Amino acid sequence: MALTTADVARLADLARIELSAEELERFAPELDIVLAAVASVSEVAGSDVTPMSHALALTNVFRDDVVRPSLTPAQALAMAPAVEDDRFRAPRILTEEG
Amino acid sequence: MSDLMDYDEVMERFDPALGLEVHVELNTATKMFCGCDNTPGGEPNTKTCPVCLGLPGSLPVVNGKAVESAIRIGLALNCQVASWCRFARKNYFYPDMTKNFQTSQYDEPICFDGHVNIDVDGETYRIDIERVHMEEDAGKLTHAGVTGRIHGADYSLVDYNRAGTPLMEIVTRPILGLGERTPVVARAYMAHLRELMVALGVSDARMEAGNMRCDANVSLAPKGAHVLGTRSETKNVNSLKAVEGALRHEIRRQGALLAAGERVIQETRHWHEEGWTSPGRSKEEAEDYRYFPEPDLVPVAAGASWVEQLRATLPEPPAQRRARLQAAWGFADLEMRDVTGTPGSIDLIEATVTAGASAASARKWWLGELARRANERGIELAEVGVSAAQVAGVQRLVDAGTINDKLARAVFDGLLAGEGTPDEIVAARGLAVVSDDGALGAAVDAAIAAHPDVAQKIRDGKVQAAGALIGAIMKQMRGKADAARVRQLILEKLS
Amino acid sequence: MAAAILTATASDLGARIAARELTAVEVTRAFLDQIGRVDGAVHAFLHVDAEGALAQARGVDERLDAGEALGPLAGVPLALKDLFCQEGVPTTAASRMLEGWRPPYSATVTQRLLDAGVVILGKTNLDEFAMGSSTETSAFGPTYNPWDLARIPGGSGGGSAAALASFEAPLAVGTDTGGSIRQPGAVTGTVGVKPTYGGTSRFGVIAMASSLDQPGPCARTVLDAALLHAIIAGHDPQDSTSIDAPVPPVVEAARSGDVAGMRIGVVTELGGEGYDPGVLRRFTEGVAHLRAAGAEIVDVSCPHFRYALGAYYLIMPSEVSSNLARYDAIRYGRRVGDDGTRSTEEVMRLTRGDAFGDEVKRRIIIGTYALSSGYYDAYYGSAQKVRTLIARDFEAAFAQVDVLVSPSTPTTAFKIGERTDDLLAMYASDLCTIPANMAGVPAGSFPCGLSPEDGLPVGLQVMAPPLADDRVYRVGAALERALAAPDGGVLSDRLAPRWTPDAPKEA
Ligand SMILES: [Mg+2]
Ligand SMILES: [Zn+2]
Repeated sequence: MALTTADVARLADLARIELSAEELERFAPELDIVLAAVASVSEVAGSDVTPMSHALALTNVFRDDVVRPSLTPAQALAMAPAVEDDRFRAPRILTEEG
Repeated sequence: MSDLMDYDEVMERFDPALGLEVHVELNTATKMFCGCDNTPGGEPNTKTCPVCLGLPGSLPVVNGKAVESAIRIGLALNCQVASWCRFARKNYFYPDMTKNFQTSQYDEPICFDGHVNIDVDGETYRIDIERVHMEEDAGKLTHAGVTGRIHGADYSLVDYNRAGTPLMEIVTRPILGLGERTPVVARAYMAHLRELMVALGVSDARMEAGNMRCDANVSLAPKGAHVLGTRSETKNVNSLKAVEGALRHEIRRQGALLAAGERVIQETRHWHEEGWTSPGRSKEEAEDYRYFPEPDLVPVAAGASWVEQLRATLPEPPAQRRARLQAAWGFADLEMRDVTGTPGSIDLIEATVTAGASAASARKWWLGELARRANERGIELAEVGVSAAQVAGVQRLVDAGTINDKLARAVFDGLLAGEGTPDEIVAARGLAVVSDDGALGAAVDAAIAAHPDVAQKIRDGKVQAAGALIGAIMKQMRGKADAARVRQLILEKLS
Repeated sequence: MAAAILTATASDLGARIAARELTAVEVTRAFLDQIGRVDGAVHAFLHVDAEGALAQARGVDERLDAGEALGPLAGVPLALKDLFCQEGVPTTAASRMLEGWRPPYSATVTQRLLDAGVVILGKTNLDEFAMGSSTETSAFGPTYNPWDLARIPGGSGGGSAAALASFEAPLAVGTDTGGSIRQPGAVTGTVGVKPTYGGTSRFGVIAMASSLDQPGPCARTVLDAALLHAIIAGHDPQDSTSIDAPVPPVVEAARSGDVAGMRIGVVTELGGEGYDPGVLRRFTEGVAHLRAAGAEIVDVSCPHFRYALGAYYLIMPSEVSSNLARYDAIRYGRRVGDDGTRSTEEVMRLTRGDAFGDEVKRRIIIGTYALSSGYYDAYYGSAQKVRTLIARDFEAAFAQVDVLVSPSTPTTAFKIGERTDDLLAMYASDLCTIPANMAGVPAGSFPCGLSPEDGLPVGLQVMAPPLADDRVYRVGAALERALAAPDGGVLSDRLAPRWTPDAPKEA
């Protein structure tokens, strides 16, 4: 199945990445080649195989509910592109919460 | 505002189906995945760290107490507890989320398949619980600009103090067959959850503070059709009244649409305190959250012994406790309803009774004088600053005749001012009632002399007129007279 | 004198500093000078923290002068991959996105190094966000292979490996998601080990693919790598996937190098067609050395390894797409296009479009695809099943043998630019190293001579069962010893005349 530039545009939109027309034209065939190369993966694994999400069989790793020092607001905000009133300043938001 | 159909008419033509998603913020000491202070509020961005700010390289570690709370909530809702489950990432971009994914649970919730019975006016309704899962809250946005709302704002400011607060999401299965009682049962369910959270000690559950928020789903189907219609989802409804109001409104709005042959759009809606809802973003194309198991966290495996240990910590179910205490205290239904309606009062009355007071007197103080003071200051009863033991102490002085109810109020003033024990305050403020016949007799004589017409009425047998004389004497003695003795003396002198 | 410091092993430097024959400051200065002299040609470093390094060195000298006993590598300098947060020191992941970012906290590995008195010289170059096999995707220009400056030093940890091979540092730290420690080690003739997943903490290490990433040691000798491993490994409560168990006895294993009676399996699927004959020849000789040292050699088949690369290129980008979502121009990092009229959504898109390089964008898009509804089962879900099959292959293999070996890479270092337009050829660089990441088992690459074809280094990979990291070092040490006998030293020694100042120039 070929990945079209429209597909790539939709995915880039989901991933919030602005792509130029040139990039869309270039990425679509590149990504298509990669997807074709990985396609065999879906053939090898039978339905009886348990998918593996973690390399280790660890469970129940918990932290005690004990407060640890936070950063100072100055530290938290130091690297922000824009700050106002000790808050992070973001350009106006168009969409509503997901 | 859209057209609304008369509620009763909707009920004649349609069956509503209800679904409730409730988010509960836990009151753990720390956040869900980091050690930051989890108490609400505070100066902006004072409760953040590399983890809850989503700094590059940071990693989450699960708060064990939050998992225990999740399991206890599930058990209290008669759920199964998953013997093995994972966290999952819910991927979407929003500026109040520091990682642009929410660490949540997807197809493996920690608790599932529960139910709860809700009593409304003598009827019992069973609400099936689909799942209880763990996730994290987001930061707080402030929209700068004229409206203060998202639309029309020039820019937004973000405070991440709340980012990472443990959230429990409690989701019902579709609830059918409630008919016209749908909004009322929804409200009662919310009240039940709130009470349960407080009893479990896992959340402050104050809806007005956003500790507990409800997304209310409702749809209509033609009467008797046994299908599910298209639903709307009213987001973040934050009071009991609003839950009921939003559902009533949505039922009437959808009824009008369907009756007019239009279709209901599947969308999120916003509730307005004035009693209506407005559309949010429509979900024509469902959001693709690209869930996958959170690789930075290992699975949670709740073994049977751990679950049983937690089950043993469950409090008596609130309804059962209420019934038990009502019987023990001998309260009429109406009296008990006042107790139930005042958050925290049942615990305070119980503690006051334990400290030696009668149930009736404990109820009288907490729901009267002290509730009035809490209301004036806009605080919870438990925060009023007087302990159950102190209330019992005050009542002991009343019972002994040392003070009367009126003087008791001055004792509470003294307690709130930190002037010592009730006994010390009575002594220091000179609050003990006067029952000495010499002093009272002189006051009675003076009152009879000052009000000869009243005295004559009493002599003529109109005993109830004594009240006027008693009032005058009490006023003159600034409330410190033993009213019963004064009455006796008046009647003796005028008989 | 300077050359003697530069070419000395880390363990030797540590011993001489502890004995006060050398000061940490003197050693640190020697390496800072070397960086100043050669890094213009090699470009191993993105940031040299001369002041910080000298302050750390002074601190070590003071503690040692006061009679404090510090660890075996106290005062020894190290090059830190620029993926590890170091408080106050620029940390970029070789991306424009994080240019100028100074973290307010340090990675656990960084902190352990500092606590052990290891002196951090600076931050080394890598592929952008560690996505690459050649260090060519770095936003700040490639690193050059000290064996041949026209060739790649491997990736993503090309900077760390090149720093070792050009004697800019005796120690380095890397991260390995699909081979990013081992492949650069192989093509630069140095040692690199990926510990058991969970053996070293990922806290404070900028994430690429969380379920695969693992920090590990890089050095010129097996013992140096083991000493470094012992410092950075061990349980970290800030990393939920960290193993709460003692660190395997890696230093003892590296000192021993005894493989007599050990069963070593040669993975039949990792060899043959597509492999340089020169690589295969040196690999076969390496295996022969191990046999001569008393090991029993058998062939072992791991049939699902052939699907590892495909599964890797689904799982890794999926995790990448989620891990890199946080770079949104709000809390830190670059912001592009905020002219007062654009929305947050537009500024996010513009920033991510502008500040991410091509390879990062490609992987985010592939990952977004693999996780999207309707495709999840076919892609991400299937890839995770393949992961299970690979882990089963390892389990079955380790029921028969103590370790598995293979070439570390199919080819020697390729030319810069040679594979940038051929993604599949680039991705194939990690063919041999990826299976270990998929199953979480420990694996290391050890120098195995120069290819007779092109005179470039060849690496031999050793893979061991989970938590048996010591076996990796035991076999690596045996190989190092066998090769040192005829060669008179470790492979990288041959570069000393070229890169150290007092030595005569290459003939
Ligand atoms: Mg939720
Ligand atoms: Zn935090």
